[in-house]
Amino acid sequence: MSEPVIPAVPDHAAAPAAEAAGIHKRFGSTRALQGVDLSLQVGRCLGLVGRNGAGKSTLVSILSGLYPPDAGEVRLDGRPAPSLGDLAAWRGRIATVFQHSMVVPGLTVAENVFLGRPPRRPGIGGLGIVDWRRMREQTRQVMADWGFNVNADTACGNLTVEQRQVVEITRALAAGTRCLLLDEPTAALERGAAQRLFDRIRQLQAQGVAILYISHHLEEVFEICTDVAVLRDGEMVLAAPLGEVTKEDLIAAMVGPKVIHAERPVVSPASRTEPVRAAADGGAHPALAVQNVTFASPGVFLGNVSLTIRGGERVGVTGLRGSGATTLARIVAGAATPDAGQVRLGDRVLRPGDRAGALRAGIGYIPEDRQADGFVPLLGAAENITMTVTDRLARGGFVGPRRREALAAPLARRLSLVSAGLGQPVRELSGGNQQKVTVARALASDPVLIVAITPTRGVDVASKQLLLSELERVTSQTGASLLLATDELDDLVICDRVVVLVRGEIFTEFTDPPFDREALIAATEGLGAR
Amino acid sequence: MSETKDKLAALAADVESALARRRSRSAAAISWIREAALLPVLAVLLIVGAVLNSHFLTVSNITGIGQQISALGVVVVGESLILLIGGMDLSLESTYGLAPMLAAWLLVPVAAFGNGMLLNPYLGIVILLAVGAAVGLVNGLLIVKGRLNGFIVTLGMTILLAGIQDGIVKGQAPFNLPTAFGYLGAANVGAIPLSLIVAAAIFAGTGVFLRYHRLGRAIYAVGGNREAARAAGIKVDQVRIGVYIAGSILAAIGGLMEAGRVSSVAPTQGYGEGIIFSVFAAAVIGGVSLQGGRGNMVGAASGVILLGVVQNILDLENAPNYWIEAIDGGVILFALILARVIGGEASAE
Repeated sequence: MSEPVIPAVPDHAAAPAAEAAGIHKRFGSTRALQGVDLSLQVGRCLGLVGRNGAGKSTLVSILSGLYPPDAGEVRLDGRPAPSLGDLAAWRGRIATVFQHSMVVPGLTVAENVFLGRPPRRPGIGGLGIVDWRRMREQTRQVMADWGFNVNADTACGNLTVEQRQVVEITRALAAGTRCLLLDEPTAALERGAAQRLFDRIRQLQAQGVAILYISHHLEEVFEICTDVAVLRDGEMVLAAPLGEVTKEDLIAAMVGPKVIHAERPVVSPASRTEPVRAAADGGAHPALAVQNVTFASPGVFLGNVSLTIRGGERVGVTGLRGSGATTLARIVAGAATPDAGQVRLGDRVLRPGDRAGALRAGIGYIPEDRQADGFVPLLGAAENITMTVTDRLARGGFVGPRRREALAAPLARRLSLVSAGLGQPVRELSGGNQQKVTVARALASDPVLIVAITPTRGVDVASKQLLLSELERVTSQTGASLLLATDELDDLVICDRVVVLVRGEIFTEFTDPPFDREALIAATEGLGAR
Repeated sequence: MSETKDKLAALAADVESALARRRSRSAAAISWIREAALLPVLAVLLIVGAVLNSHFLTVSNITGIGQQISALGVVVVGESLILLIGGMDLSLESTYGLAPMLAAWLLVPVAAFGNGMLLNPYLGIVILLAVGAAVGLVNGLLIVKGRLNGFIVTLGMTILLAGIQDGIVKGQAPFNLPTAFGYLGAANVGAIPLSLIVAAAIFAGTGVFLRYHRLGRAIYAVGGNREAARAAGIKVDQVRIGVYIAGSILAAIGGLMEAGRVSSVAPTQGYGEGIIFSVFAAAVIGGVSLQGGRGNMVGAASGVILLGVVQNILDLENAPNYWIEAIDGGVILFALILARVIGGEASAE
């Protein structure tokens, strides 16, 4: 049980700290990775970028031994990787710091550093008695060696997000790892903490640690990395030292061939404009006005955001994770309470955080996380779809299954819901059909404004088209407006206007569809003209 | 070209639907078996009872069982509602004792351990219901608005209420209850106890309410996925508080039945007898999930009947007094295991 606590230069300095060769991985019909090569060199920091679904997390999971590749090989320090079940052996050679904190809040820093392998007292017949003194000393020693400063006896629950991250890095180093995978490490950090993290990364690098740095923020990659690799649709499309590429090169590599909206949904621009404009001009439907909304919570921030949506207008709001796009939508739907500012629909000021009130005012809501907020798994499809309209449906308070299904059936048909009858519990439906139920639930109340958050996430291509064209059709026919918050740029084709948020503020606005993907992506990164 | 594509897609959807229907038909059969899981057990118990004792299957014994379990049954309805929204209420047993105690204390003369105010018995019933509503409201506010843990809140509440129940009568049992007050628990309609009819009506009414009323469906939605219910515009907090109030009122009514049946209110009624364990056991054996969102009144009723029949068989057989509790506990565990074996994964959670 003796850990190499002093940073050491590996004997075989020539071999990469970690190396993946020809990695293939499929999930069902999805090809997550197709022949990916990657190599992490001692003392270098490789930035790994790519859009959502490009295969970054799959690659990280394979590199950290969480699941096996279908084909290809992972080598660590020039030797084949340990067998898959032996995670302890993996952790001694490569470790990942995930976005979400993996410390146990109730245990001390020392216990977390030695989680699962505390130093034991020698001599008492291997009874497994924890040697607390040695655990604390070794924790302090590792911290000191790497220039970290967190008290070994503090309970992790009392630490800041930044300090917890230090604990996780210390845990990796204490296990002997000289190869670190950092998965979006700045996602939950404020700017100062992010800067200190960069200092730590530079220091680790200088002491011979190999680092894989995964980020959505290109500026960070340019600030901290020595090399960069781009994944797109499961393939490594670019790998180069950072000095040899520009931001434009990276964006072009992430986006791929410049085909915009190859599979545009069915409604043609001509057929949809008339009713929309009519509603907008005639003022049949009230406009939405978001005024000076401010919101702050760990990881999300909105600073004084104002936004107007005319009646019948379809507005997309997009941005990177943490940009505040989804939070803005949740505030409009009454699902989150802003710290300041107000939301008005017509001349009616909506009560902050009052979902039922917003529904009465005519705001339909497609929440982001359908598992958590979208449906009640044990109840039937029809019942979930009509959950927003029981007041309208009930006679003297009573609702029969027949009336319920009569209302749900046309919606289910329009969305091509596949189920064994509308009474089937939604739990038994596929993910795409569950999402259709969630969308139908929002449409059932005949809303004047639909707030949709990533309505096509995790849905197959055909259903995606269907959901988008249905949202487009409904808004065109009823003159309802749409607020679509999404990070899937394909969804934005149905919008008349796109607002881009960067770090909680409106960065820029695109008013001329069709929108240029490259310009959109650059804008979400905070690059390009305002 | 795109037409053919659409047709193909429609065809694929049809096939998928047909397959899904077949899967779900077998699922429906399984869920029916789940709901009826206790029926074979009940049948076996009835046969065992009849074989052991010739008196068991007589009308008077059956109605006797009915009268004994109706008070408990009404409390089980209340607890089931609270379990359905994903809560739990340990204090129902004390409401079951305190509500009739306070009313009786205000109704009967000093000689019968009252306080001598001799209130009108109908006013007594109003007070009883008000005590139930008040306890439920306090519980609901503390748990829902105060975000306190329901287990601890109602644990504290149950001890507090039981203490008040004991305290106001200094450990005595008010008796000689006015006829109108005891009527619900004591009267018969023909050969059938009124309390049994009322309890059955409460079960049936609640069952219909849960199945067909928008608030009843909202209860399942809140218990099945609180956040989804909120996102659908259901007033989750109001539903939850309302259910705590309804549950406590039902407990008070159950207490009124018990007081009428024995024509007095013992300071131990409810908490002192530990009826909450039977209440939970009946609900869970009957398939009401402790996780919320799952269960119905048919199941809850069969759980109550099962416990009542077991109790009755033990009584008839003169089971050794000191062993009755051990046998009771054993039967509850056995019924739970059986419900899991027959009902599968999701039952008896």
